[in-house]
Amino acid sequence: MNQFQYNKANEPHSAVKLVAKDPDAHFLAGGTNLIDLMKMGVVNPTKLVDINHLPFSKIEKLPHGLRIGALVSNSDVADSELVKAGFPLLSQAINAGASPQLRNMATVGGNLMQRTRCPYFFDTTLPCNKRKPGSGCGALEGINRMHAIFGASDQCIAVNPSDMNVAMRALNATVHVSGPKGARGIPIADFHRLPGEQPELDNTLKNGELITAVELPYSAFNKNLSYLKIRDRTSYAFALVSAAVALHLEGETIKEARLAMGGVAHKPWRLSAAEEFLKGKMVSEGNFRQAAQIAMKGAKAYQYNQFKLKLAPNTLIQSLRIASGIAAS
Amino acid sequence: MPEKETPGVPENENILSGTRRDFLKQSGFLTAVALTPIGIVKAAESHLDEKVAAFFEKMPLKMEVNGVSHQLSVEPRSTLLEVLREQLDLTGTKKGCDRGQCGACTVHVNGKRVNSCLSLAITNNNKTITTIEGLADGDELHPMQQAFIDHDGFQCGYCTSGQIMSAVACIHEGHAGSETEIREFMSGNICRCGAYPNIVNAIQEVSKGGNKA
Ligand SMILES: Cc1cc2nc3c(=O)[nH]c(=O)nc-3n(C[C@H](O)[C@H](O)[C@H](O)COP(=O)(O)OP(=O)(O)OC[C@H]3O[C@@H](n4cnc5c(N)ncnc54)[C@H](O)[C@@H]3O)c2cc1C
Ligand code: FES
Ligand code: FES
Repeated sequence: MNQFQYNKANEPHSAVKLVAKDPDAHFLAGGTNLIDLMKMGVVNPTKLVDINHLPFSKIEKLPHGLRIGALVSNSDVADSELVKAGFPLLSQAINAGASPQLRNMATVGGNLMQRTRCPYFFDTTLPCNKRKPGSGCGALEGINRMHAIFGASDQCIAVNPSDMNVAMRALNATVHVSGPKGARGIPIADFHRLPGEQPELDNTLKNGELITAVELPYSAFNKNLSYLKIRDRTSYAFALVSAAVALHLEGETIKEARLAMGGVAHKPWRLSAAEEFLKGKMVSEGNFRQAAQIAMKGAKAYQYNQFKLKLAPNTLIQSLRIASGIAAS
Repeated sequence: MPEKETPGVPENENILSGTRRDFLKQSGFLTAVALTPIGIVKAAESHLDEKVAAFFEKMPLKMEVNGVSHQLSVEPRSTLLEVLREQLDLTGTKKGCDRGQCGACTVHVNGKRVNSCLSLAITNNNKTITTIEGLADGDELHPMQQAFIDHDGFQCGYCTSGQIMSAVACIHEGHAGSETEIREFMSGNICRCGAYPNIVNAIQEVSKGGNKA
């Protein structure tokens, strides 16, 4: 790992100031992604700003929802009684990711910001437009088994690897940030971006902006839900495909559905058309199959991830069955 | 608590003395951010680029490890794993992948299990660390260590200290309720020898023994 200057921030504004004025400065939270990338030489900061002492470690009840500080560990979010009661989908998704040790270290802010696991991004001897703009996308015609089937571009077909982000997308989270020009709230839908012509940008944060908290609005999506993650082994592996499903049911009728997928796109992928289709429909195998068919419109696979065109709808259908109670989890 | 002196401390002893302390006081910006101390101060004194000067400086680090308090001097880039093994000679904690993928480096920080390979040592200032060397009570093995022996919970032994540290935490966290739960909450520890069934048996025995260890 290269040498760097270590700075411990005691106030948010000084952390923001340090990172805003230096393109080679990075915030350090749990370190589980950043330190890994630094060891691999993928990211080479000359300055780290340790934000772990900033006052963002609380989960607070708001009149209309929950506010989760950016530095709350992934384990503390998943284990929180407030989260388990109001947003069990989030608990399930977080517990499906990484390992207990990593979840103890990883923070909410760091998880939102984690980089792709695309092997071409990680290997500095291979081309990757995300790591080195203009060098080409090695995955496009390479080993692209883990890669996107939605929203990719000819510049980048990497996916966002997070489980937490998928649940947050389904739950309409708002990401609160504080930057050199003040504070703002970013709807999660607008936080992560598609690669387009600028795959080096994972999200819409501006220079020096620091995530301070995530807010989740209370909803009726805390009873019938399922986060189903399919991976190469039962645990401690990134998703090939995951499907977050939360249903607001009245008897057998779906009043409203929230559906999002992980492992399929450069951002957590919301399935709005399928949600629209399910609105007012009965819980049934047939309706779930149709919803999955709608969800897959526009999907495009590459040489080694063709299997996702089947795996994705099947995962969604099974997750819908579990959420609605017609299948056991 | 016994205090242990570790070589390499004196160079950092005078960090905040005299003009240096005054400099820190004067700078409104620096009062909010504790920067790499000597480097920054030296740089400011000699008008050097702060980055260049700060790069190769060591920083003071205070940690309590297995009940012993240590005053250390570390490079910002050293991981907790490296400092435990190379500066404190606590080689029971193993380096496997060095990337968070195997769990061999698992230790407890303030009572929680973490991967020490992904933790910068300097971020553990004033924290309490327990490693495999700190589990036994004198000559008496920790119940989890004994259970691993009784159940043949290892073959080559490389993953074992990480497995045991993780297993102790798994029970503490209340995640050892069933075989399925144990397997899920021990999944951050890989065993290339495949001792998993015996590891699960060891954990179940300690867990059922009501030993919260
Ligand atoms: C072996 C392994 C397996 C994993 N498996 C999974 C998995 O299955 N599912 C999954 O979802 N994740 C998985 N992860 C990823 C893990 O969830 C992330 O590494 C973690 O969430 C990152 O959080 P952190 O606090 O450690 O971030 P850090 O590593 O500290 O930071 C990551 C990035 O975020 C930036 N950052 C951090 N906090 C803020 C903030 N408040 N504001 C602005 N920027 C910030 C940093 O500058 C850095 O660029 C795995 C990781 C490893 C190593
Ligand atoms: S050495 Fe730390 S997880 Fe493998
Ligand atoms: S005992 Fe050999 S790796 Fe686990």
